[in-house]
Amino acid sequence: MNATAQDYSRLVKDDRVHTSLYNDPAIFEEEMERIFAKTWVWVAHASEVPARNTFKTAHVGRQPVIVTRDRHDDIHVLLNRCRHRASSVCEQKSGKTSVFVCPYHGWSYEVDGSLRKVPYDAGYSADFDKAEFGLLSLRVEQYNGMIFATFNQDAPPLAQFLGGARKWIDLFMKQGGGFGVKVAGEHRFRFPGNWKIQLENTTDAYHFPIVHKTFLSSLDQETAETFDMMGQGGWIEDLGNGHSVCVMMPELVDLESDLDAPIPERFADLAAELTAEGHSDADVRKIVRAVGGCGFNLNLFPNVACSMAFFRVLRPISVTETEISHLALGMDGGPAAGNRMRLRLHEHFQGPMGFGTPDDAEGWERVQRGAVQGQDLWIMLNRGIEKPKGHPAGPDADEVSGEAGMRAAYGMWKRLMAA
Amino acid sequence: MNAILEQQKAPIEGAVSAVIGFDEAVRFIWSEADMLDRHEYHSWLALWDPAGQYIVPLECEERVDYADHLNVVFDDQAMRQARVKRLLSGFSMSAAPPARTVRSLSRFVQVSAHTPGIALRCAQILTEYKYGRQRVLAADVDFHVIRAGGELRLSRKVVRLVNADDALHGIGYLL
Repeated sequence: MNATAQDYSRLVKDDRVHTSLYNDPAIFEEEMERIFAKTWVWVAHASEVPARNTFKTAHVGRQPVIVTRDRHDDIHVLLNRCRHRASSVCEQKSGKTSVFVCPYHGWSYEVDGSLRKVPYDAGYSADFDKAEFGLLSLRVEQYNGMIFATFNQDAPPLAQFLGGARKWIDLFMKQGGGFGVKVAGEHRFRFPGNWKIQLENTTDAYHFPIVHKTFLSSLDQETAETFDMMGQGGWIEDLGNGHSVCVMMPELVDLESDLDAPIPERFADLAAELTAEGHSDADVRKIVRAVGGCGFNLNLFPNVACSMAFFRVLRPISVTETEISHLALGMDGGPAAGNRMRLRLHEHFQGPMGFGTPDDAEGWERVQRGAVQGQDLWIMLNRGIEKPKGHPAGPDADEVSGEAGMRAAYGMWKRLMAA
Repeated sequence: MNAILEQQKAPIEGAVSAVIGFDEAVRFIWSEADMLDRHEYHSWLALWDPAGQYIVPLECEERVDYADHLNVVFDDQAMRQARVKRLLSGFSMSAAPPARTVRSLSRFVQVSAHTPGIALRCAQILTEYKYGRQRVLAADVDFHVIRAGGELRLSRKVVRLVNADDALHGIGYLL
């Protein structure tokens, strides 16, 4: 790679980015180093490692890691690579164990990554120090159940990195409806396109009425009006460090407010069922108001979004391939009827055969297919470049169907790549 | 109903027993597969018992409580109808045009003879083609077939993809 920081800087302008950002393998390699190895990357929600000795596997960029919870309730993120001859030590998606044993020569590791035992250790010289050969351990920090890791010991604290996004994470977690938020299942799929196409999409209200016309037409009138993202006074806000929030349904920003509002028709049966189960009117209202998720997408650079009712996680595979996880959320310990409703709502839109996801995936693939042409052309991000005047959400509000969230993300891309 | 199915139905006309034979059930399932490859989704809807469940789970193993887990598809009659409307609307870019598919169902095993009905399990190998790319999806498929009003009906279909718990891709047709 011969490009200089200045070259990267020239590829991102205020209102457009260069097409090579989607399809230049050399840029992708640099992104893995300058972005995914340098900044905080989301790896898990706390509910995915709910008890001591539970674990899940994940990726930081292209690097496979294991997220563990030890007996002191501390979270560890460990590179999934034996320190002997590099074999992966865990091939399960999640589970419970008190030890990771490499299948090749039997080196065993504690859940905090330290090397426990080496078979036939007499074969090593006297100065062999097990303390030097623990699984490589990443820096880990959490915010409100969101677990992030980084290879960069010099990265600023997570709270500082998240900055203005923290308030929105707190609002998002209110969809537990009085219970904690819990990951309740995961759809995973891949599409043949660059990871940033997906990063853009979560902050793209413009595509919704076009791409998701068939989803909208499968809804009752009242719900379809709720999903009218262009016409409800929503907005986008640049939250700094590449993060942004796209508020599509302002009345669903704070799920603990307006609890006296009428219960939507589509949730009437659920409300009746919960009432029959003995839940108080106040609890029923709280659960029902939260069951469809909140009215905004919070895009956290570079790999996770708190998107209405689910987490959307992206994982770059190659310059032209990306894996997406949509993690359904439920109420931790909440009523089964409410959690079943949340699962059905998730399946309706999300997943490989949802009413929304396949059309998104096809759209992203079409972007990548188109971007192989016109190498001197640019990807335009100039929609809504002038802030609306006098927006009720305040002076930081950008046009809801504009591309301010994408401009925020590419601004951070530029900062990290040109550093 | 297409001509092939009419022909296949012929031998059972006038059957007095509610018992569904293995061969009769297999012919019915093959005709369903043929409809899906031809995108004859309205005919497909008519094959269903209104209380039937069409499920594509996120795991390969069988379970009974799919309702309490996240699935790829968990459809009752209303969701099946909405799904067909969407796929045929012309406004879904993943389904207009749809991928071409060719599926083969074989290795049928009778799991049990319900009263009424019959439960079968089989292997399904499906090849899809779109944008110059072919993909193969393999699955175990569980069928429960009943007879209602003299006609065979699907009362349950569970498509357990061999890679259900792995990353999939957008699927703009019916499995």
